Amino acid sequence: MARKLLLQHENVPGINTFDVYRKNGGYASVEKALKSMTPDEVMEEVKKSGLRGRGGAGFPAGMKWSFLDRKSEKPRYLVCNADESEPGTFKDRYLMEKIPHLLIEGMITSSYSLGANTSYIYVRGEYMYVIRILEKAIEEAYAAGFLGKNILGTNYSLDLFVQPGGGAYICGEETALLESLEGKRGNPRLKPPFPAIAGLYASPTVVNNVETIAAVVPIVNQGGDEYAKIGIGKSTGTKLISASGHINKPGVYEIELGLPVEEFIYSEEYCGGIWKGRKMKAVVAGGSSVPILPTDLILKTAKGEQRLMTYESLSDGGFVSGTMLGSGGFIVLDETACIVQHLHTFARFYHHESCGQCSPCREGTGWMEKVIHRIEHGHGHQGDIDLLVDVAKKIEGNTICPLGDAAAWPVASAIRHFREEFEYHIKYPEKVKNPKHFELEPFVSEKSLVTA
Amino acid sequence: MAKVTIDGIEIEVPDGTSILNAARMIGGDVVPPAMCYYSTLKETGGKCRVCLVKVTQGSAKDPRPMPKLVASCRTNVMDGMVVQNITSPEVLEARKGVVEFLLINHPLDCPICDQAGECDLQNLAYEHGAAKTRYEEDRRTFEKIDIGDKIKLHMNRCILCYRCTFVADQLTNNRVHGVLNRGDHSEISTYIEKAVDNEFSGNMIDVCPVGALTDKTFRFKQRVWFTNPMDAHRDCPKCSGKVVLWMKGEEVLRVTARKDQYGEVKEFICNECRYDHKDIAHWKVEGPRHIDRGSVISQNHYERIDLQKLKKEVERQLEFQKGKPLPEPNSLNA
Repeated sequence: MARKLLLQHENVPGINTFDVYRKNGGYASVEKALKSMTPDEVMEEVKKSGLRGRGGAGFPAGMKWSFLDRKSEKPRYLVCNADESEPGTFKDRYLMEKIPHLLIEGMITSSYSLGANTSYIYVRGEYMYVIRILEKAIEEAYAAGFLGKNILGTNYSLDLFVQPGGGAYICGEETALLESLEGKRGNPRLKPPFPAIAGLYASPTVVNNVETIAAVVPIVNQGGDEYAKIGIGKSTGTKLISASGHINKPGVYEIELGLPVEEFIYSEEYCGGIWKGRKMKAVVAGGSSVPILPTDLILKTAKGEQRLMTYESLSDGGFVSGTMLGSGGFIVLDETACIVQHLHTFARFYHHESCGQCSPCREGTGWMEKVIHRIEHGHGHQGDIDLLVDVAKKIEGNTICPLGDAAAWPVASAIRHFREEFEYHIKYPEKVKNPKHFELEPFVSEKSLVTA
Repeated sequence: MAKVTIDGIEIEVPDGTSILNAARMIGGDVVPPAMCYYSTLKETGGKCRVCLVKVTQGSAKDPRPMPKLVASCRTNVMDGMVVQNITSPEVLEARKGVVEFLLINHPLDCPICDQAGECDLQNLAYEHGAAKTRYEEDRRTFEKIDIGDKIKLHMNRCILCYRCTFVADQLTNNRVHGVLNRGDHSEISTYIEKAVDNEFSGNMIDVCPVGALTDKTFRFKQRVWFTNPMDAHRDCPKCSGKVVLWMKGEEVLRVTARKDQYGEVKEFICNECRYDHKDIAHWKVEGPRHIDRGSVISQNHYERIDLQKLKKEVERQLEFQKGKPLPEPNSLNA
């Protein structure tokens, strides 16, 4: 059994209540930090742990904390980004639903380290029932004296609020989240200034993912060095992976970083192999916005090394033959899946979720969706594939926030690795009229037919 | 002061100047186009992405290039910064892409649009756009609405520069219109029809880079290039009173604020000047308005031409264009 740090007690009955959570060693990190450590010492532990942001970008959390403008006279804020909207990612919901107190404990310890006296948890509006769970947990924490004025008799005070979002993917982008939290339209801000200098209400702000903040709890409890022993190289600790798609056991798994991808997919402990005894076709390794990879490239890198579940190993090969760990939304597609159809789902999502602030993303995502829709339904023509590549290239890197990139990467990678399937759709429009076309007759590369 | 090099031309500018404004100090072809930035409105810019430039050297202290193209209107210069605008094929390619994006949902109804002839998007497309569109689907459409009693909104034409919302925020005491919805369904709107009602609302028409917001007192009256623009002023207690009268014979067809060479108004005017004084007797006429020779409005222009100055300008342009790697404007593979 692999070591579990976050989901250790997930199966304890009543772990969502304060009493059971406390009995299982909960809130120990708050006691340890507030009573025996200075805020800077907590930050040092987080730095030593090598914890990287679990929201997608993988930026070292300790470094992000150290950028916070501590000289400013203004109040500081910690904002927890629980606007988990990436298709294929549902780990934060699972964590908040099962063990809400873990997040609250992490928020208290982190806020103490950052010197924030007001902190927010921004939860996406669709998770209304999770918001109720969190609010109940916060109430319990207030009653137990872990929130409010003079926590545990120290002179540190903290107020924690839960804010529901309005249901927009873009509000998961940190500056759009801050705009939304301020009560404005959730449009991403231009950077610089970064939130660490001028974030919420133009005050120094740190925005962290739910899992990042929860991971602070074991880091403070056992020490940063101990945490850093788990994992490989710069990918330390454990990571929650939301596994979905054509696998036997979809769900949220906590893995130690460095686990081979092959083991993760086929081991009984995790995904349990591909369903119905089928073969695997492709994997989206880190949520919808990361490049899709075919079977041979997800199991082994282009250099022939075994691919591991780490930030570095998954991105080995760059955009040509690699992908990213992202937020850990692991989507597996079997041989009957149609890549074009799959891509159309994603393109439709990005079209729907573009905020409309900057032109390349506003117009380009809609254009890409329409072209992919055309190809998928057998109305595509020669030149459409190159058009898609060109449009994706013109969006990528030219937008204010990473949504443009997130919309462009899946398109570019799907065409790079599965161009033949797109050509098949254009060549045989009659065969793809049925939406289940590849289920009836799995796609076989014409190239392999010739060589065989 | 910061020394910055744009397309090989060095200039010293005060700290805190944006790349775009530094380029405007140089003038000529190195100035990136801007559709959403507006010098007299705070916090505008960064949205349309046509002013993207490449920073090949961040500053003298940190000479690393910036990883992505940056919006020149919102990126401030650093001492020793080296910027490429029209000398970078990457920038021109990206700009062409952005123009294409702006045009895919734009109706291209220039023949019946009041803005034609003084439209920023028209000028931009003329210089950077392709002659053929690659977009085959239907364009997104909206109904025309009256957002104020004198302002008509054609949302189809809007490029969502957000300038009009900044006018409402910064010139008037409350904003009653804004952006609804998101993505390519975003629209400028008021919840209640004709809700825009304040003394400076007319400036929304002037800042609109396209024909999305038009003056209902001027709609379909005249093509702008058949009118004679005259500088005029009156004593107005509310605003500067400095305007341009767009005349046909003795008749004043339209009153607007004065725009500079980048199409930006420096001194905004009130609605009384704009709508209620369409009589030449109310104004002190200063003389003909200077119109740039490149503009179609100058076709019946009567200003005396300084031949010496013109010759110098043409020579400077020719010299400059030698190194300009612009693609053929109308090639089919564009």
